[in-house]
Amino acid sequence: MSLTGLFLISFLFVHLIGNLQLLANDGGESFNTYAYFMTQNPLIKTISYGLYFFIVLHAIQGLMIAAKNRSAKGYKYSKKTKENASWSSKNMAMLGILILAFICIHMGDFWFKMKFGSLPMKTYAGFENEVTDLYGRVMVAFQEWYIVLIYLIGLLALYFHLAHGFQSAFHTLGLNHKKYTPIIKGLGTVFSLVVSVGFAIIPIYIYINSL
Amino acid sequence: MKLTLKIWRQKGADKKGQLESYNVEASEHMSFLEMMDVLNEELISKKEEPVAFEHDCREGICGTCNLVIDGRPHGPQQGTTTCQLHMRHFKDGDTITVEPWRAKAFPVIKDLVVDRSSFDRIIQAGGYVSVNTGQAPDGNAIPIEKDEALSAFDAAACIGCGACVAACPNGSAMLFTSAKVAHLGKLPQGQVEHAARSKSMVDQMDAEGFGNCSNTGACEVECPKEISINNIAMLNRSYLSSIFGSNK
Repeated sequence: MSLTGLFLISFLFVHLIGNLQLLANDGGESFNTYAYFMTQNPLIKTISYGLYFFIVLHAIQGLMIAAKNRSAKGYKYSKKTKENASWSSKNMAMLGILILAFICIHMGDFWFKMKFGSLPMKTYAGFENEVTDLYGRVMVAFQEWYIVLIYLIGLLALYFHLAHGFQSAFHTLGLNHKKYTPIIKGLGTVFSLVVSVGFAIIPIYIYINSL
Repeated sequence: MKLTLKIWRQKGADKKGQLESYNVEASEHMSFLEMMDVLNEELISKKEEPVAFEHDCREGICGTCNLVIDGRPHGPQQGTTTCQLHMRHFKDGDTITVEPWRAKAFPVIKDLVVDRSSFDRIIQAGGYVSVNTGQAPDGNAIPIEKDEALSAFDAAACIGCGACVAACPNGSAMLFTSAKVAHLGKLPQGQVEHAARSKSMVDQMDAEGFGNCSNTGACEVECPKEISINNIAMLNRSYLSSIFGSNK
């Protein structure tokens, strides 16, 4: 759980940096050529298959553990308390399912259309190959308020999932230290905020620009 | 002070239980268990079945009393057992819900009494050290660093009450097991079986039907002896080394 989680965390970071190129004011040149590189480079291709595998593995492990833990608890208390643990730590499975549903919508909208759909091609001066205009597709999608809303809900779920998951992954691996654990916890809070807010800026910015 | 109690009543292990309401008049100087005693005296005088609950030393050191009070093991006060929780922490006219520890590995025997023998079997699986027979060794023959001795002692403060399991949304016994592993494994006398101990105690914990730790930290908050979840990280470390390490 923790190892796959940490891998997915490192992916999120790279994904965010790449996607912030959507905000560049160059008609999509930097983003589209970047997307072309990401789909053609054999090393990145291999890693991306690993990524799909780890997403599925993380989800299956998570669901199996959640099911086992539910049955190990058995009867629930009739009086609930909120005072002994954070909300996100108690709702990791629910948040994970939300994120998985979001990933399916997200990939259906962009990845599937890029791979199997018929997105228009574009050429840029200074880049020899013809590239798929994924940038154009993103611009069209985020003009719809409901797509922006779906993304914001997905990112909110991601924030809460990371807020517990980041530091929890280190604890599960036994990495606990008087000096470093508070730093890891602080890093986790900053990371979950940066990632969710960073991704959220993209649809909001494009939507506002389209008005 | 007048209180309304909603108490879990269950006639036996295989019977269905439900919450029942009782009114009781208590003094704020009473402990929670003394208040339960008053209720039981009244029930007996009315020829009704008294509420079954566990208690022994009533000094907060034996780990026998185990009530979930308003959804919190050992009640709302931090770092105390049920017997050390006094009624002054409640207000006149309060409604208090009292339930047994909940976990599949802690089946209810009657009313508020649960079977915690699964803890005994975890201890049997590895909660011991090997010593040579013969004369008693010298008191200070083995020097132990002060910090190590203190952290081993902090872990040894665990009274095995099971509040960690009761608080855990996953019904996991990781805090209990890790406290026992840390208590023995941090001292030189416990090194002989250290790696094997982690594995055999965790295996037994799984076999008893306890859940998995998801690091919610609820156990640490509710523990009457304030055992830290740092012990769980230590257990995870020694469990990993018992699988991958050379010193099995």
